[in-house]
Amino acid sequence: MSVRTTTPAATAPHGSPSERLLKLTSRGVVHLILLAFGVAWIVPSLGLLATSFRSRADIAASGWWTTMNHLGALTINNYRTVLRSGDLPPPGFAENFINSFIITIPSTLLPIAIAALAAYAFVWMKFPFRNVLYLLVIALLIVPLQTTWVPVLKIFNSLQLTGTWLGIWLAHTAYGTPFAIFLLRNFFAELPGDIFESARVDGASDFAIFLRIVLPLSLPALASLAIFQFVWVWNDLMNALIYLQDAKKYPLTIGIQNLLGQYGNEWHLLAAGAFITMSVPLIIFFALQRYFVRGVTAGAVKG
Amino acid sequence: MARRKWLPWLFVAPALILLSVFLVYPTIQTVWYSLHKGSIINPTRLFVGLDNFVRLFTRDRLFLKISSWPPGGALINTALWLLLFPTLTVAYGLLVAVLADKVRYEALVKAIIFLPMVISATAASVIFRFVYSPDPNIGVINAFLSLIIPHFRPIAWLGRPDLVNLAIILAGVWIWTGLAMVVLSAAYKALPAEITEAARVDGASPFTIFFRIHVPMMVGPISFVFITMVINALKLVDLVLVMTNGGPRGASRIIDFTVYQEIFTNIRVGYGSAVAVVLFVLIIPFMSIQIRRVFREDLAR
Repeated sequence: MSVRTTTPAATAPHGSPSERLLKLTSRGVVHLILLAFGVAWIVPSLGLLATSFRSRADIAASGWWTTMNHLGALTINNYRTVLRSGDLPPPGFAENFINSFIITIPSTLLPIAIAALAAYAFVWMKFPFRNVLYLLVIALLIVPLQTTWVPVLKIFNSLQLTGTWLGIWLAHTAYGTPFAIFLLRNFFAELPGDIFESARVDGASDFAIFLRIVLPLSLPALASLAIFQFVWVWNDLMNALIYLQDAKKYPLTIGIQNLLGQYGNEWHLLAAGAFITMSVPLIIFFALQRYFVRGVTAGAVKG
Repeated sequence: MARRKWLPWLFVAPALILLSVFLVYPTIQTVWYSLHKGSIINPTRLFVGLDNFVRLFTRDRLFLKISSWPPGGALINTALWLLLFPTLTVAYGLLVAVLADKVRYEALVKAIIFLPMVISATAASVIFRFVYSPDPNIGVINAFLSLIIPHFRPIAWLGRPDLVNLAIILAGVWIWTGLAMVVLSAAYKALPAEITEAARVDGASPFTIFFRIHVPMMVGPISFVFITMVINALKLVDLVLVMTNGGPRGASRIIDFTVYQEIFTNIRVGYGSAVAVVLFVLIIPFMSIQIRRVFREDLAR
């Protein structure tokens, strides 16, 4: 295989003038298509960002795409209004923001811990029905959560878990577990088995092997999973609506939905509010893009 | 190995208990509820057999309307979603993956296309309420169209029953194309360069190489992404809820939104459960495809 892949740029000088022209146009078409996609994908978010820094009067007078003409008129008042409690019906966005963290952090850590134990057993321990149970987990990955709402709510009502932090943590933990098991099982299966065998010969228990060998070796997978689950819970609207029937505990997603209901045409407040909900996932994305993409790609089967 | 037999069960017990309580038992219970009339407090107040399903398919015009043209209702809208959403996300994702591979700013383009994956459906709904607004100072699509078409009258994209589904589907495509792109890009880069080179030496055009060699070699990942998108299309309840709340006049209702609407807005628990069962039945074929795939690829070890 001595033939190296040659780039069009490298071969162009050898072609005839008409061939060179054809290559140039086709490269032009490639750039044009990518430009069209880039513009179509960035413009919606850009509009939201620009609008969030414009005053109500400016928004009514001209489109956000003219923002560059009056940069001096930009303001952070929209953010101030949205975040200050008292201006909006309670709980304000600041409380929603804190609630989102209270909901998301345990709902990220719990499923990972529970799934890691199970995934270890599914790969490295022998027990009856092992594969059948694993395939059941895969099936549950795809079950629409809609079919679980009412029965879970009934269980919550009888245990007085409706509207509690514990209730929403448990629901998110259960809903996140099938995917977490799936991702971690695939990762654990790639680990070299001989290390475990020699550790076993040396008398290490399964629990010690899990804690001291498997978890440290799996940090990249655990990080991807944590980021994926964090963003998934952070962005959740439906479970919060259904299980957290207490306005004081609502996360940002419900905050936005309420804002839309009450101030549907107050674009300046909506834009700032939406941007606040997006801020945390965006920071995570830009800081940890590689882990994030890996987690989401592996999570392609989760809805 | 005479190790303690109960130890593996200790490892899997927390997961199995949670999954049984929150997923397995509720799914079975919902099937039972769908044969009843009742409330959230007492979902099994009155046994009605298959009445809910009969009414759903014969007398609920918001669920299925085929008596007049054009057909409509949540079931027809879901069919439209299943037709357009997976096709567009896979086609766009593949196109960007392949073209971006040839340019120096590949990372930038991919980051821009992937970005919406990070955003909640709620925030994306707000973004597209802006984009689709009929107010020419807010809605960028109407502003653009009135710039290039003289005497253009702004269109309320989300206010017209004939356009609203297409508008929401395109918002969904905006969110999910990034996922198709990263998966297909990884598959594309893994194709062996020798085969492409050999075809090029034999004089095959780039189009022939792409459609006759690359696409057939990527059938696995392409069908995987396609099925993933089909499953996603059946679960986009929050996008519809926040963008239009099913409106105007029920025109953008889809099945998963109908479950929420019937159970929590109309408080018809048995009826909503019947819709959930229909949704579940629709998902079963795709579930079995995924299970078979996992059985073949992961458990073959």
